[in-house]
Amino acid sequence: MYAFEYHRPTSVKEAAGLAGKAEDIKFLAGGHTLLPTMKLRLAGPANLIDLGQIAELRGIERSGDTVTIGAMMKHAEVANSAEVKEAIPALAEMAELIGDPHVRNRGTIGGSIANNDPSADYPAACLALNATIITNQRKIAADDFFQGIFTTALEEGEIITQVSFKVPSQAAYTKFRNPASRYALVGVFVAKHASGVRVAVTGAGSSGVFRVTDMERALSGNFAAEALEGVTVAESEMNSDIHADAAYRAHLVGVMARRAVQAAVARG
Amino acid sequence: MTTVSLTVNGQSVTADVDPRTLLVQFLRDNLRLTGTHVGCDTSQCGACVVHLNGQAVKSCTTLAVQANASVITTIEGISQGGELHPMQAAFREHHGLQCGYCTPGMIMSAIDIVNRKGNTLDEQTIRAELEGNLCRCTGYHNIVKAVAAGAQGMAQTPLQQAAE
Ligand SMILES: Cc1cc2nc3c(=O)[nH]c(=O)nc-3n(C[C@H](O)[C@H](O)[C@H](O)COP(=O)(O)OP(=O)(O)OC[C@H]3O[C@@H](n4cnc5c(N)ncnc54)[C@H](O)[C@@H]3O)c2cc1C
Ligand code: FES
Ligand code: FES
Repeated sequence: MYAFEYHRPTSVKEAAGLAGKAEDIKFLAGGHTLLPTMKLRLAGPANLIDLGQIAELRGIERSGDTVTIGAMMKHAEVANSAEVKEAIPALAEMAELIGDPHVRNRGTIGGSIANNDPSADYPAACLALNATIITNQRKIAADDFFQGIFTTALEEGEIITQVSFKVPSQAAYTKFRNPASRYALVGVFVAKHASGVRVAVTGAGSSGVFRVTDMERALSGNFAAEALEGVTVAESEMNSDIHADAAYRAHLVGVMARRAVQAAVARG
Repeated sequence: MTTVSLTVNGQSVTADVDPRTLLVQFLRDNLRLTGTHVGCDTSQCGACVVHLNGQAVKSCTTLAVQANASVITTIEGISQGGELHPMQAAFREHHGLQCGYCTPGMIMSAIDIVNRKGNTLDEQTIRAELEGNLCRCTGYHNIVKAVAAGAQGMAQTPLQQAAE
């Protein structure tokens, strides 16, 4: 790891101030993506700003049809939250599927979303649950936030403070894990809202997380797995690597989507 | 240099460290607590698992400075008065190790599983919960048996659990 200067602010304002002043900064959340990257010397920030002591980045709150989660909430905290389990059980289940118990005790929702790994789980939840990403500067709709592999709408020095999810009437997430890395080979989050159905896919797309509008249209008419018969995603837009080729991933998207709808319907 | 103050196995420790010092390096090199192992250094294997404020974490993927003001328990901190912790005793009894490299992490993870899931653990739960711990030797079978027995053993010694 290259040397860096370490900062431990206690408020978002102080963190943003540091980010404005210091050169070549990175924010540190759970560190479960950033620290491995720094060990490999793929990242070498001169200044590391630890968000771990900022109380205002914590907390989970339900109000009306939204659940708002602080950026520094760990995956295990979301998975075990009574509010999340009650309002959006599919989101708690998704958090429980991330990595392993130790990863879930450190990794955070804010870090996962800021990182936008093409195989990460939270980006699919954000799209399907029509989330709003709240930063220290503005509110960004999930549809505008994820802009391709490891790319988001965040500006330099901008801090995610909260993520606000719309409570659906029915939802489920199904994940086909890469057995070695535990990331999604393909993950599909399906959610039925008063405004329509949303289907989001992670792990599969060659440009990262995406919505499948053909499936959304089919399910808005009839929220049942049968409605997806014959609805496919284009192989040409799928990722291909040593773990799975594009044809296999395209096939899995269909299978996982049908299973997600079945699970959502079964939950009622 | 950055100052860190934390409690390790019940003892307060304060030290000046280079901020890039990993928690596992701090434990092994500064405090000479070499029971915590580095198996992969890439966040996969769980040989480095310790408890940070009562939760199992990979100490190779945590900076020592992130652990400031926290309470750490390592494999050296779980036996009491020369008596093995019930989970350690179960690993010995059920031959849950061969080379022993993964064992400190396995045991710290196993205690964390019991703290979260209780004393009666079925095989499926144990296997799923051990997802973040790799063993190159045993084939896991005896580890799973040891964790189930250790979980039962922990129910019989509530004092040892409370000590954490
Ligand atoms: C073994 C292993 C298995 C894993 N399996 C999975 C899996 O199955 N599914 C999955 O989705 N993920 C998985 N992960 C990744 C894990 O969820 C990470 O914790 C997560 O992607 C990053 O979150 P973090 O809090 O650790 O962020 P960090 O690593 O601290 O930061 C990641 C990036 O986000 C930036 N950042 C962090 N917080 C903010 C903020 N509030 N505002 C702005 N920028 C910010 C940082 O500057 C950095 O660039 C795995 C990781 C490991 C080590
Ligand atoms: S050494 Fe930490 S996970 Fe392998
Ligand atoms: S006993 Fe050798 S790695 Fe597990």
